[in-house]
Amino acid sequence: MTIRARLVRTIAAFGAAAMAAILLAPLVGSTSISLVKAFDASIPFPDNVDAQILFVARLPRTLAAALVGSALATAGVVFQGLLRNPLATPFTLGVSAGASLGAMLAITFGWSLSFLGLTPVPIASLAGSLGAVAIVYWLAQARHRGLSTNVLLLAGVTMNAFFSALILFVQYFADFAEGYRTIRWLMGDLDVSGYTPLVAALPLLVVAFVSFAWLPRQLNVLSLGPESAEARGVDVDRAQRLAFFSASLATGAAVSVSGPIGFIGIVVPHLVRLLVGADHRVVLPASACFGAAFLVACDVIARTVLAPVELPVGVVTAVTGGPFFLWLLVTRR
Amino acid sequence: MTRAATAAALTAAALVLGLAPRAAVSAQAPSRVISIVPAVTEMLFAVGAGAQVAAVSSFDTSPPEVASLPRVGGLLDPDLERILGLRPDLVVVYATQTDLIHQLARAGVATFEYEHAGLPAVLATIRRIGARVGHDAEAERVAASLEARLAAVRRRVAGRRPPRTLVVFGRDRLALRNIFASGGVGFVHDMLEAAGGANVFEDVDRQNVQATAELVLARAPEVILELRGEFGSIGRGDIDRERRVWNALLSVPAVRAGRVYILVDSSVVVPGPRVADGVEKIARVLHPEAFD
Repeated sequence: MTIRARLVRTIAAFGAAAMAAILLAPLVGSTSISLVKAFDASIPFPDNVDAQILFVARLPRTLAAALVGSALATAGVVFQGLLRNPLATPFTLGVSAGASLGAMLAITFGWSLSFLGLTPVPIASLAGSLGAVAIVYWLAQARHRGLSTNVLLLAGVTMNAFFSALILFVQYFADFAEGYRTIRWLMGDLDVSGYTPLVAALPLLVVAFVSFAWLPRQLNVLSLGPESAEARGVDVDRAQRLAFFSASLATGAAVSVSGPIGFIGIVVPHLVRLLVGADHRVVLPASACFGAAFLVACDVIARTVLAPVELPVGVVTAVTGGPFFLWLLVTRR
Repeated sequence: MTRAATAAALTAAALVLGLAPRAAVSAQAPSRVISIVPAVTEMLFAVGAGAQVAAVSSFDTSPPEVASLPRVGGLLDPDLERILGLRPDLVVVYATQTDLIHQLARAGVATFEYEHAGLPAVLATIRRIGARVGHDAEAERVAASLEARLAAVRRRVAGRRPPRTLVVFGRDRLALRNIFASGGVGFVHDMLEAAGGANVFEDVDRQNVQATAELVLARAPEVILELRGEFGSIGRGDIDRERRVWNALLSVPAVRAGRVYILVDSSVVVPGPRVADGVEKIARVLHPEAFD
């Protein structure tokens, strides 16, 4: 089978799963609503509670889950390829820790700046992730020609630990209610209550996804090692930079929408590789679709299992993803 | 003879007899009290035991007298060394601080355990701490006056239909995210009921609920009441901006009727002797016509 045929078949299957999840998820929730009433155009929108629950609460939330799931899963694939390390996640290089530090600062000190529809916490979280990316990048290329993936990994892991310490330091200044909210933010949450947070994050995600389109072939060659890649005519340096910045951008944008939701970036890529093989030309788009479907499904569980109380979606992804990943680790090869 | 004079005489007698002064004093009302619980700090000052307070938590702001007192940490980070260094004879702690309680017990320091619960517990705690620090009569007066004021509010709002109310403790700035609301138990829920409101999360058997957009739309509150304990950087203009954030949820009756309120006042969030102030303020918001 040609790569094109495989790609078409895989995308069709995974895309269908993602579409099904996105279409079905808004139908369930903590309240039961009538679809007939929700789509009844004779009721003015402000009076139509069912329509509001569907279009203001559930649909943006489902779309947020799809975008975030997709971004984190693909960023996971790219980081694993770039670092040639199957244990890499979108959060390995400190992007999410930087984002979290920003969010903690905004919550604890009650910043109230807003910009282009972005509210204070997402702004601070984006700024934090950009700061982290800049520091890690600077460290990784300071004393090398091009990017050293080893230094990248070490610098990232160290920045993670450093930012985590700063997060604890900031939390120390939070009063009790704020402290609780900062912890809740770290568990991840998709209740965006409207489309503005999505519209604000979308341009960044589009840039990241468009950049991903250039990467699959280069990641395939990079997986052979930088020297072999160089010998095959790949500009390793450029490929690594593109991979690093696009995956960091996707991660930063996703975390600004939802907080750091764990396990998607590692479980989804590995599961997809298990199903379709290791060719990044197939793995990357399939992970985008499957990541969306997976997080949408986890969010449905999060908001219905204990209704009206809600489980943090990060707990659901960890509880379903963690054991699964361990199983993979033990059974594969 | 006054209590203080008795204590002085007993201490003198103990010294003369060569007993440790500590044994004599501990039989009496404590004279160096450290309170890690801001609500109880307020109670201590309200019952006239302010002069006995030697130190307070890092989060205490009320009454103004606490500004000059030493700070010894809080619920999560009590500073044991500092506490012992201040030589207290009674430490007011949260009942959940079991480690601290054991450590203080080993050091021979008495503790008063505070439990966060509903409105009746606030009144009971005032009487209990008053008795513990030797101000029974004042504590009784404070508690009885609070009861009378709460009863007066209840009488004023009696017979009026309680509006279905969403009480919000906190959320992200300028966004309807991370919304924490009062569930159907606890002190804020009790304050709301006393002020003539019906909690939209009455059925949730927890002190707080994370209110998602869907829950707020489905529960359709007639009043949204945000309680903010501190001014922080919130100015008048910020409050208007924060109120408008709720406009995203068009069908909510509180939004359509313009009944979204942000109360910036620590009396509505501290379960101490200012609860009656808090209940009165909430009642004025819920039933303005009852106070004309």
